[in-house]
Amino acid sequence: MTLLSEMNQRALELGVPLSVHLDLTYRCNERCVHCYLDHDDHGEMTTVEIADLLVQFADAGVFFLSLSGGEVFMRRDFFEIVERARRLLFNVKIKTNGVMIHEAEAAGLRQLGVEQVQISVYSHRPEIHDAITKLPGSLNRTIKAIRFLKAQGLKVSISNVVMNANATDQRGVMMLARELGVEYTLDPTITPKLDGDTSILSHRITGDELKRIFHDPELVGDVGEFCAAPPPPGRDVMEGLPCSAGHTACYISPYGDVFPCVQFPRPCGNVRRQKFLDIWRHSPQLNEVRSIRAKDLPTCSTCAHVGTCTRCPGLAYMEGDMRGPSTADCEKSFYRTGMPSANMLQRKLPGSVGPLIQIQGVTCVRSASVVAAANALTD
Amino acid sequence: MDRYIARGSGIAARMLGGEMMVMSTTDSTFFSLNEVATVIWQAADGRTPLSEIVANKICLEFDVDQERAQVGADRFVDELSRHGILLVSEHPWISSLQMRESR
Repeated sequence: MTLLSEMNQRALELGVPLSVHLDLTYRCNERCVHCYLDHDDHGEMTTVEIADLLVQFADAGVFFLSLSGGEVFMRRDFFEIVERARRLLFNVKIKTNGVMIHEAEAAGLRQLGVEQVQISVYSHRPEIHDAITKLPGSLNRTIKAIRFLKAQGLKVSISNVVMNANATDQRGVMMLARELGVEYTLDPTITPKLDGDTSILSHRITGDELKRIFHDPELVGDVGEFCAAPPPPGRDVMEGLPCSAGHTACYISPYGDVFPCVQFPRPCGNVRRQKFLDIWRHSPQLNEVRSIRAKDLPTCSTCAHVGTCTRCPGLAYMEGDMRGPSTADCEKSFYRTGMPSANMLQRKLPGSVGPLIQIQGVTCVRSASVVAAANALTD
Repeated sequence: MDRYIARGSGIAARMLGGEMMVMSTTDSTFFSLNEVATVIWQAADGRTPLSEIVANKICLEFDVDQERAQVGADRFVDELSRHGILLVSEHPWISSLQMRESR
């Protein structure tokens, strides 16, 4: 067990929110086609409110603080917030598109002791990246930002969200990351909008693309290990927690709403009306999330993938049931291993290399698309 | 020669269940300090000599002889200073340390 996992275990036992993801704003200078946010400002927390919240976080034991958005640099008080956070000795990670980072901003982040900057890059090709962000010249500016940050000695990682428009560009982005001397992470997850609108799920890549990615040693390392059939789940798996959401981590929106995770939009309270620690400790919604073990998942507990699936309870929640399957993760498990999930079998969707099922609605509409997909499989 | 220790600026730190977690934001090395190390960490104000911290805090609170405690404290300080987590000087540090006490 590593020191970090020991720390996570201790935080879990003590009920400490070790990690908080705080979105400072939903405003953004890009308009990414797959973005799940409403970019209008509906009353963001003020500098004073955030300063108070940071103190509450520190008192609650928060160690890892991710500041994200929207675009964090859209806030004029961004550096003041980072400075306050660093004075309280948080490990601060920034998520940004980098477009507004120049030499001065990079130097400022270095001076404040930000631990890591994560930057979204969709393609190594400007025409693809800029078409996704809808901001002409954005790739060029983002790459310049990465160079400024690296010149300051900051740890930078490129986050490569994969969708239809950039489905074949992972290796190109990975090479770009190598050239820039930064880390690379790939994420094929496209989530519904926070208001439940699922239209952007049409940007999800096909099953064939997902399978290709999962079997590319450049991207996943040891393919045999990565794509191995899951071992039979032991008792520890069935007693295990779905993920850290609500257990040692949570998400706060720019309006003060508390959720188990950024991908789990179940409202648990608002820090404008209640102290953070009160919400963390006593929210019935959070406590319900915490009560769920793998054995409590009606479908997933019967699934061969239960011990290895990346099942996201937030995506399951957005599909209508936080104890239900997350269809997108069922498909990931299937295209990784070739073994259909229990959910796919129940829905009579045998293993196939056919097109990835596009979820068209959060709840009932999904069944229509499942029927369509099942028909396609038998054609 | 006595040494003065102060906490570096490129660190993240928090108490968790009685132990101090400390991370260098420069090289991302991570340490979990035990009770004794936590006491030294908390006393690292840049003004108190390390030998005084050992004598007045460690030996008194943990019932250990000074020579042994000093060896352990020196090793701990050397290790953390290699990562910029602790700053070491032969002279007292002045008010360059702006970071608040970790909680």
